[in-house]
Amino acid sequence: MVVIIDYRAGNLTSVVRSLKALGVAGEVTQDPAVVARAERIVFPGVGAAGTAMAILRELQLDRALKAAFDAGVPILGICLGAQVVLEYSDENDNTQCLGLLPGRTRALSRQAGLKIPHMGWNQVRFLRDHPIFQGLPESAEYYFVHSYYPAPAQEDMVLGVTEHGAAFSSVIGWRNLVATQFHPEKSGRFGLQLLKNFLAWDGVPC
Amino acid sequence: MLSKRIIPCLDVRDGRTTKGIKFQNNVDIGDPVAMARHYYEAGADELVFYDITASSDRRDIMIEVVRRVAAAILIPFSVGGGIRNLQDMRAVLLAGAEKVSVNTAAVLEPDLIAAGARDFGSQCIVLGMDVKKVEVSEAIPSGYEMVIHGGRTHMGIDALWWAQEAERLGAGEICLNSIDADGTQAGYELTLTRMISEAVSIPVIASGGAGTPEHLCQVLTAGRADAALIASMVHYGTYSIQEIKDYLHQRGIPVRLHW
Repeated sequence: MVVIIDYRAGNLTSVVRSLKALGVAGEVTQDPAVVARAERIVFPGVGAAGTAMAILRELQLDRALKAAFDAGVPILGICLGAQVVLEYSDENDNTQCLGLLPGRTRALSRQAGLKIPHMGWNQVRFLRDHPIFQGLPESAEYYFVHSYYPAPAQEDMVLGVTEHGAAFSSVIGWRNLVATQFHPEKSGRFGLQLLKNFLAWDGVPC
Repeated sequence: MLSKRIIPCLDVRDGRTTKGIKFQNNVDIGDPVAMARHYYEAGADELVFYDITASSDRRDIMIEVVRRVAAAILIPFSVGGGIRNLQDMRAVLLAGAEKVSVNTAAVLEPDLIAAGARDFGSQCIVLGMDVKKVEVSEAIPSGYEMVIHGGRTHMGIDALWWAQEAERLGAGEICLNSIDADGTQAGYELTLTRMISEAVSIPVIASGGAGTPEHLCQVLTAGRADAALIASMVHYGTYSIQEIKDYLHQRGIPVRLHW
């Protein structure tokens, strides 16, 4: 069973529809008991880290996610979901986050003429092999919309980087968790390919 | 490097698209879903739907269109026209649109931007601006004024001030339409676009006046736009999105070439 975590952080319609296009009926849930039974977890979300963490705690999804991660369940974080898996976020005054990975979420560096939020299509330079990158050409672009990015503490947790003014980590991963700052569910056929790869992934990096 | 976005705009009336006469390959040019699918496959980076339905049951018709479009494409799209309050926004977003565009309602009630950004996130809220060139005055120091009702009503609000105010209120993006250039196919309003784009840090989509790929080239370079809205030049089959992107790519403008 593929579980999609609903913590009231934005619209899950497109995630559900993308999985459906791949023949998978994902179960959208706010229930930690359902998360505990998940064989695979998609953890999407848009919005601010502070509110998101408050709701995750209120619904007790924080503990459920930690337990699933420790149990080796493959997890895909998307956008805000790729940020709050770290220990802290610079958004909303140093928000304490899930801490599945060491590191913190940082604001994109501002410079003259550079538009924030980083909104639109951009490439990802893969730094490491990972099963979820299978079949994806380097020329592929993905849809981003964000002002913060996940910065894991260890270099080997950065799987891909993207340029917007400076380079930032756009795909991170560790053990059975992988997370994209972009929206694969909004990124055409390459995004769909990444989701397909995730659905086939056993949770072991390479 | 972030690509410049090419965004076809589709007008929808009573659940049917209103332009597009020269499509081939059996595309039903009146069906918003078929048109959306066509542009998605043709390389559009995003789509904009503008609801010009006048009837009172407009919302239900449009929501059904949004739901079907969302199931047919894997790129973001926004919906504008007749978004008057938070309920309208919620309905459109829950039906599967990524963004809502507020125009007249935001000018009349600026708090709608702040409320929308608070409830749904800034990334969902596009400020649509209809702008007309006027004499520079004390009230309109930039020489560009906000208008509504298709340009018939002048608001006495300076466009430059309004763009910055909307960013402060939480708009995530601006879709900037020049009423003077709209429908001319003679090129975008470059001075206006550059002025607004340089005055805000959020992305600006240029709208109004696109007739040739060179027009897009100008507005994405000299005009400093982050994205370009197109309509007639693709609806009537004069250019394909591929042709436009190839043209821009040859001139060194970053565009998404693989889809």
